Amino acid sequence: MCRYVVGRVLQAVVALLGVTCVVFLLVSLSGDPAFILLTPEAGEEQRAAFRELYGLDQPLPVQYARYVSHVARGDFGSSFAFNRPAIQVVLERLPATLLLTATAIALGVVVGMPAGVAAASKASGPLDRLVMALVLLGQSVPTFWLGLLMIRIFAVNLRLVPVSGHGTVLHLVMPAVALGLYLAALLARLTRSEMLEALAQDYVRTARAKGLSERVVTVAHALKNALLPIVTLIGLQLGALLGGAVVTETVFAWPGIGSLVLDAILRKDYPVVLAAVEFVAAAFIVINVALDLLYGYLDPRLRTART
Amino acid sequence: MRVPQEWSAASSGERTERDPEPRPGSPGGRASVGGLGGPFEAPHEIGLRVWRAVGPGGVVVAAVVLLALLAPVLAPHSLGAFDLTHRLTPPIWDARGDWTHPLGTDTLGRDVLSRILHGARTSLGIAGAAVLLAGALGILLGLLSGYAGSWADGVIMRLAEIQLSFPYLLLAIAVMALFKPSLVNLIVVLVLRSWVVYARLIRVVTLSAREREFVVAARALGGRAARILFRHIAPNVVGPSIVVSSFQLAELIIVESSLSFLGLGVQPPTPSWGGMVSEGRDYVGSAWWISALPGLAIVVTVLGANLFGDALRRSLDPRLRVS
Repeated sequence: MCRYVVGRVLQAVVALLGVTCVVFLLVSLSGDPAFILLTPEAGEEQRAAFRELYGLDQPLPVQYARYVSHVARGDFGSSFAFNRPAIQVVLERLPATLLLTATAIALGVVVGMPAGVAAASKASGPLDRLVMALVLLGQSVPTFWLGLLMIRIFAVNLRLVPVSGHGTVLHLVMPAVALGLYLAALLARLTRSEMLEALAQDYVRTARAKGLSERVVTVAHALKNALLPIVTLIGLQLGALLGGAVVTETVFAWPGIGSLVLDAILRKDYPVVLAAVEFVAAAFIVINVALDLLYGYLDPRLRTART
Repeated sequence: MRVPQEWSAASSGERTERDPEPRPGSPGGRASVGGLGGPFEAPHEIGLRVWRAVGPGGVVVAAVVLLALLAPVLAPHSLGAFDLTHRLTPPIWDARGDWTHPLGTDTLGRDVLSRILHGARTSLGIAGAAVLLAGALGILLGLLSGYAGSWADGVIMRLAEIQLSFPYLLLAIAVMALFKPSLVNLIVVLVLRSWVVYARLIRVVTLSAREREFVVAARALGGRAARILFRHIAPNVVGPSIVVSSFQLAELIIVESSLSFLGLGVQPPTPSWGGMVSEGRDYVGSAWWISALPGLAIVVTVLGANLFGDALRRSLDPRLRVS
């Protein structure tokens, strides 16, 4: 178990280094900051001074080492737009993003999992067909378009909720539903296929043979065993949504990390963009490791099956 | 990420329901190739099977491809045409609409129908090119990874894991922002998303094909690795690849239109469905058709590609055919 934990954490460190490496390369490849940040009138001498100031005249590996040491200390430089540490600007947006993500995931779980269980318990029946049709639809409708339609219908026509922004519970409704429906589709699909598999296992037959009610068999025996992959998906979505709700946040002007990144890009506020990317990637990796360790604990087979 | 294979399939956004990973003790757990037309089938039976493999989704995809190819002929107005005196004309089903602009006009008086038709060329062209490139790259790397094993496998799968440990949309946005949002960069970003899906799937298919009798026999007879790989293993990969391509097309159309919606994909004035939805954003309250109709084009196309993938999988995977 100890070896498993150490191995898993080491892998996470490698992945984190990989992420910083990719981000670093992206920035280095995207052009010479001395040309991007200084005015075109700046002379070659000023550019050279600028490069020296920020260590850009050093070889790439040296620059990378310096970058990693800064990132490790949470130093991403100052935001050009706010003149405050970039990471601080990112973290300020975290509560709004967490609120939206948590609500959407809760909605997805409440709608998606029962739908998947119900579909699997009568596979190929009318309910199954209906659920699968809705899942297909949910995966085929782009979030930004669904969001705009919802604004048109619920905010403009029916005036039930505000068009966009945040502040009250009503502001949360539309973004959470737009995001939650997509998650519900994902979860329903996965729950259904995992349940189909679990329901075909011997222990389910044994449970039925013992005379347990179908409900107990479904929930206590099949669903419990089908749960691990479902929890994985939820965890991964949580990680991805910390930064991946860009589209939803933009459509509804929700002040989370996603919309911050987009604004920062438009303002060419690169320290904020990089801080956000690194932060979200790190959170994503940490959640992943936490999930894996949890499984190692819950399911001993995984500790040895995959080194 | 050390996530067991069948879990990560769903989490990486891949839409295959089950990896074709062989399960211990299940005799049917082998890579599936369902060739059309066995030796004892009458012509009409083959026709039926072709129809089952195509389904309504295939018809929709074919129709959209046809519309895209014929866009310059079918579009009632030319691509650059705008008419400032007829801005925000509603579609024909509205009392104020007229037949010169069947689906209305946008804020610059450009014909929405013509732009949707031309947008089909952009969206399908970009997503299609990305699927082909990602497929070629991913299948090659997957074959290599699955057949060669050892360090090649390690390197390729580590790369895939690093890639999957990035929240994709954020990565795509960062790339498009740091580099110019050009057509080439857009396709590169889409390929980045897709190759992992192919590589991981094909690796598993190759791993299981490698242990089958005819491959073992070929190896025992002294067949060269390249010959075994392309002659005996590669055919097993065709079926799953086609199925995945259909789902990936759907996926990449959504990603491309999301990026274009955010202003980081296809740049105006080139018409793209996502970009058109974005242009109509501020008019959802009044001129809803500018956003709604291109979005509907996305939904129909993506739905078609997803249905097509489902139908293909059902007809190519014998395990799913029993019902």
